[in-house]
Amino acid sequence: MNPEQINPKDLASGAANTWCPGCGNFSILGAMRAVLAELDGEGLPLENVVLVSGIGCHAKIVDYLNVNSFYSIHGRTIPVATAIKIANPDLKVICFSGDGDSLAEGLEHLIFAAKRNIDITLILHDNRVYGLTTGQYTPTSPSGFRGRSTPAGAVEPPLNPLELMLSSGGTYIARGYSHGIEQLQRLFKEAILHRGFSFVDVLQVCVSYHNLYESYNQWTYVVEDNDRSSFEHAQKIIRSWNYNRSDLPIPLGCFYQIDAPRFDQSFSSYRPGQKERESKIEEILENFI
Amino acid sequence: MNDFSTLIGGIAGDGINEAGLTASRLLSRLGFSIYMYYDYPSLIRGGHNFSLIRACRGRVLTHTDAVDVLIALNQETVEKHQHRLKENSFVIYDADKVSPEGLAGKGCGLAVSSILKQAGAPAIMKNSCILGGYCKAVGIGWPVLEETLRKHMQKKLELNLLVARQGFEQAEHFCQIKDIISTGSGSGTGSSEASPPPRPLLTGNQAISLGLIRAGLGAYVAYPMTPSSSVLDLMASYAGDFGLKVIHPESEISVMLMALGFSYAGIKSAVGTSGGGFCLMTEGLSLAGMAELPVVVVMAQRAGPSTGLPTYTAQGDLHFVLHAGQGEFPRLVVAPGDVDEAYIWAGRALNLAWKYQIPAMILSDKTLSESLYSFDGDLAGKAKEEPIMLWDGNGTYKRYLQTEDGVSPLAFPPQKGQVIKTDSYMHDQQGITSEDAGLTREMSEKRRRKGQSLAREMEEYETVKVYGQTSSKTALLCWGSNKGVCVEAAERLGLRAVQVLALSPFPEKRLIEALQGVEKLLAVECNSAGQLADLAACYGIKVDDRILKYDGRPFSREDLLHNLGGAGI
Repeated sequence: MNPEQINPKDLASGAANTWCPGCGNFSILGAMRAVLAELDGEGLPLENVVLVSGIGCHAKIVDYLNVNSFYSIHGRTIPVATAIKIANPDLKVICFSGDGDSLAEGLEHLIFAAKRNIDITLILHDNRVYGLTTGQYTPTSPSGFRGRSTPAGAVEPPLNPLELMLSSGGTYIARGYSHGIEQLQRLFKEAILHRGFSFVDVLQVCVSYHNLYESYNQWTYVVEDNDRSSFEHAQKIIRSWNYNRSDLPIPLGCFYQIDAPRFDQSFSSYRPGQKERESKIEEILENFI
Repeated sequence: MNDFSTLIGGIAGDGINEAGLTASRLLSRLGFSIYMYYDYPSLIRGGHNFSLIRACRGRVLTHTDAVDVLIALNQETVEKHQHRLKENSFVIYDADKVSPEGLAGKGCGLAVSSILKQAGAPAIMKNSCILGGYCKAVGIGWPVLEETLRKHMQKKLELNLLVARQGFEQAEHFCQIKDIISTGSGSGTGSSEASPPPRPLLTGNQAISLGLIRAGLGAYVAYPMTPSSSVLDLMASYAGDFGLKVIHPESEISVMLMALGFSYAGIKSAVGTSGGGFCLMTEGLSLAGMAELPVVVVMAQRAGPSTGLPTYTAQGDLHFVLHAGQGEFPRLVVAPGDVDEAYIWAGRALNLAWKYQIPAMILSDKTLSESLYSFDGDLAGKAKEEPIMLWDGNGTYKRYLQTEDGVSPLAFPPQKGQVIKTDSYMHDQQGITSEDAGLTREMSEKRRRKGQSLAREMEEYETVKVYGQTSSKTALLCWGSNKGVCVEAAERLGLRAVQVLALSPFPEKRLIEALQGVEKLLAVECNSAGQLADLAACYGIKVDDRILKYDGRPFSREDLLHNLGGAGI
């Protein structure tokens, strides 16, 4: 470890952690602390990082990190993060969002973030259940899921968020698992450094309302040496598991990564001074005569 | 006679708004003050559109029902507007489209289609042709028309001039407008005196946009919605000149959240919409309240509920904007009554939003947003960017530092060694979530103190204006675009007109002062309840009668005078 590097422990804010013992969010927090400390030593100063969260168990992560943050509202991380990035392109903006947060309430924003290829990162804390509201089905819950709002079992099949991101124009698409913290660190670092919209779906286990540790431990596997630049290849891997079945291998890793024009590149940093602004307004008013 | 009204009507797609704008520019060049109301249904082609242009020596802020000149591009225009003609009104019509029956002796037809055909000009140029005829009819010299077209006609100028000239030559002379408009209301300026230089003609939306830009706007985010869309169009077209970040995102929800992202990063932002879009913005508005993020909302009302009448006016959302968003937080709501006020208050709203870190709403309506007014060019320099209170850089930064006036110094990322946290939850001074009872109380009080500080500052501004016969015991109470018609009626009938410019914080003291000696108070509003009247009642101000219009159309001068007659005034 570089002696200059921040100790990841110093990134803790001191706020009391209220996640359940065994919650998958701890892995995301630990991995993110390590990555941000590492990146600070590699030329991405910590003060240039802005974290944005929605609402739900996942969102508490911004309280636990002593880093710039915007604790926003349910489903709305992306518009906030988009504007922060456009306001100051030197900032690295990382969204933390939940599956209810970004796939239900805020789905429109997620699709548009990918469509625009805005240079921000979204970490999806995908526990496939609403935790903070005590156990309802989400857009990634398997059909038949018996939650408090679907006592007879959810009728709808789940969404595959990775497939959605691929078809919407996302340029970095990956999946991690809260039991694989080293892989999570690798994916987080890649995603943050990627220029464009990066999306990391983290299968993060809710021990209280949807404990899938056993199933994930059995079925997840890491994809390596895949052709990340191939849409067809990525699509094939992404479609090999659809979030509905629990008897199929679940691929982990980065499945897609390409370079593409970014929304944030379309804004100029030009800003006229007061005098210039005033004379331009005079000119406009003259044209209105 | 101190004013002169012209109506231009045709079908959507004829360029009636543009033709009205050109006629307004012509009359403005003669030194008149202009008001133009544009009426159009919610469709792109077909349907009836008309522009009503009123020229006056003095200030003019409203339209009349009766017209002096009717310009008819089709038969429907004659049928729909014949009732507006006075005994000596004049009609200029497209003789190829309009039957002269019943118009004998009242006007002249121009063979517009034949002129265009002969010149090889496209149909849209019929406006230039008939405006050429208009100039001849009302005594506007050819050089004025030529100069106007040369300045504003971007495409095919020479061909436009050619058909305009043909129209000019074929039309009959009807009157000499400069001689027939004698004096303005109370100004005493005779027609023989030198004309003042022409003034810029602005819509309310243009005035709001320019006021915001001059006061330091850095970003504008909006989803198109009539009648606010022209703010977005203007911002987008000048984005490069002013370094504005202009975004049209996926929804008004995104609009509001983006604006707040800009604020967090230190860029002054505004959003624009109408009632339906504002509904979607309210969760973000409440976030602005809790997180203490400044944002300006341009809220241009139209007739509701729901989709309502998209292109028609109303003042039905006053209570909505006053109360929108869950929880309690201070807000600024101002309702300018004309373009001068729109420009000044837009700039001021942006400054106040940043000074107190609150949402500030500029409440307009279709009438103000899309009508055209002569702008007082001397005001241009009066919208200024005020400095904001920045953190001094000492010690540890606390985004929500408790202060006497409730306002915490601002800092924007990146700040070396500092952390800037903003939060939609109840939070401590650092911006970290807390559900502590004492802290909840303290932070609520902090926000309340900001509202009180804002209210104290607002007392310095002219938030209530009095017009007309200021000693009259009968007063008209109005807000927003009804200012124009109320002022005119008050001047004519010797009444007092009282305009409330700020709705939140409510200017209680100033309003009570303005109503000293009033025995009969009539609220004039474009809604079915009398929303300002109800608001005033909360402060013990009793309104005796309510003159309300809720058919989507603004009050004309005649409308209000008739209503006042009915109310025994």
